[in-house]
Amino acid sequence: MIAAGPAYRRRKIINAIMSAATALCTIAVLVPLFVILLFLIRQGAGSINREFFTHLPGAAGEPGGGMANAIAGSLVLIGLAGVIGVPVGVLGGVFLSEYPGSKFGHVVRLMADVMNGMPSIVMGLFAYTVLVLPMRHFSALAGGVALGVMLIPTVMRTTEEIVRLVPQSIREASLALGIPQWKTMVRIVLPTAAGGIVTGIMVGLARIAGETAPLLFTAFGNRFWNWNLLQPIAALPLQVFSYAIAPYDDWHRQAWAGALVLVAMILVINVTARSFAARQVNLP
Amino acid sequence: MVLLIIGAITISLTIAAWPAIEKFGLRFLVTSTWNPVSGRFGALPFVYGTLVSSGIALVLAVPLGLGVAIFLSELAPRWLRVPVGFLVELLAAIPSVVYGLWGIFVLIPWVRTSLTPPLQAALGFLPLFQGPPLGLGMLTAGLILAIMVVPFIVAVSTEVMRAVPQAQREAALSLGATKWETTRTAVIPYARSGIMGAIFLALARALGETMAVTMVIGNVPQIKASVLAPAYTISAVIANEFAEATENLYLAALVLVGLVLFVVTLGVNIVARLLVSRVAGGPALIRE
Repeated sequence: MIAAGPAYRRRKIINAIMSAATALCTIAVLVPLFVILLFLIRQGAGSINREFFTHLPGAAGEPGGGMANAIAGSLVLIGLAGVIGVPVGVLGGVFLSEYPGSKFGHVVRLMADVMNGMPSIVMGLFAYTVLVLPMRHFSALAGGVALGVMLIPTVMRTTEEIVRLVPQSIREASLALGIPQWKTMVRIVLPTAAGGIVTGIMVGLARIAGETAPLLFTAFGNRFWNWNLLQPIAALPLQVFSYAIAPYDDWHRQAWAGALVLVAMILVINVTARSFAARQVNLP
Repeated sequence: MVLLIIGAITISLTIAAWPAIEKFGLRFLVTSTWNPVSGRFGALPFVYGTLVSSGIALVLAVPLGLGVAIFLSELAPRWLRVPVGFLVELLAAIPSVVYGLWGIFVLIPWVRTSLTPPLQAALGFLPLFQGPPLGLGMLTAGLILAIMVVPFIVAVSTEVMRAVPQAQREAALSLGATKWETTRTAVIPYARSGIMGAIFLALARALGETMAVTMVIGNVPQIKASVLAPAYTISAVIANEFAEATENLYLAALVLVGLVLFVVTLGVNIVARLLVSRVAGGPALIRE
């Protein structure tokens, strides 16, 4: 037993103070989260009704109308982004995990991480210069490309980590049976890692679902229904943005409702993704 | 493919910005006239706004974020770590446009009526806090950016602190150190470069953040000493003016500010990743 001298007491007190201080930091960081969620629910829930999900936006300044086209547009854009981003991401991830030591692999990994931190508006500029400028008009396709490019690094890095978790013995068992390496990959390793890869894809999709900046001058937004990928298309975050900065009260209410729907969508995807991941861990 | 994309981004942006590069050269970054009508463009107010708002954000977010990271990885009771970590991650999952919406209708009025008056009463003699209480402006943008980048600081620094070998901690504890002393003497020095990396990563996020900032900073291209005055950032000017830029030179000037932003964040990100990988063994994936 150490004698409880004054020096020891002082150290104990400092320890307690620092514990309390860091706990306070945590509380300070979590307060905005709760305030934001509270306001979302309080302001948004009242404006969510059937009309919101089934109607087109009303005329400027008039009450009523909904965001049906924006919700559908967001889904189209996310789908497009998935079609572009998922194959590249998964293949890249498989490459990184199969050749972990190569110099090229290191550079690619670093660049994928760097791309993950790229400002989303730069991705929008990129899609604008390669697609909108030559085509001379805004289009859903350009928006999908901007989002798809953003999706690649997330999918790639999670795929890499998950594929690496697949036990080496499974691979060896397959190779020992004389199955070629590509077939081992496609038929054995990928199915084993599928749950985790799906999680990675869903987390990535949830992340791009809320992106607004890259869509401003690619998908551009649209007040009507549009199923033509070469024409401008509406998106939920864009609609929230333009309603939020508009001067009409009714639009502000709808912006809150749209934001609530958006956050709910993202949370649902995230939680579902986590449950996939949990199942993966429970595999024998 | 990833390398290709980064290359393609650089090349396509450079080509699109070429008319402006040719016309203005380096003067673009140090002059402050932004006049689409007369075709004169200088990006200094945007660069200034971007740097200052990110600076405010980091000043607020770094101590808070490190506090949370230390709490989560070292001091908190075990049962608290997972749920609290999840909540902090949730903060990163909220889209920036939602932060912006909340900023416009909740944070701006709060800054105008509750934060500015006491701030001016206490520190009003400094030029930093003078001017009419608009609510919009640099300080509000910094606040909202701080909330948005905290999760990145927390996620990455928690990860690097967890990567510190357990033996390191046990050695300190066995010498009779308290938990805090262990953290200060054994964990933080070991994780230092990774924590620096986390800060750089947050900086890159803050520099490039667009929607929330556009919605609260006021969008006036001026350089004022006061943090209560409206300002403008690189990403905000692109977001606001791009769709209406019809002239070639105007468009090129906007792409050029975008290119500047791209190059700066690229640099900051690379530094960040190299710093993090020195601790964690391999570049860590930020989980969002």
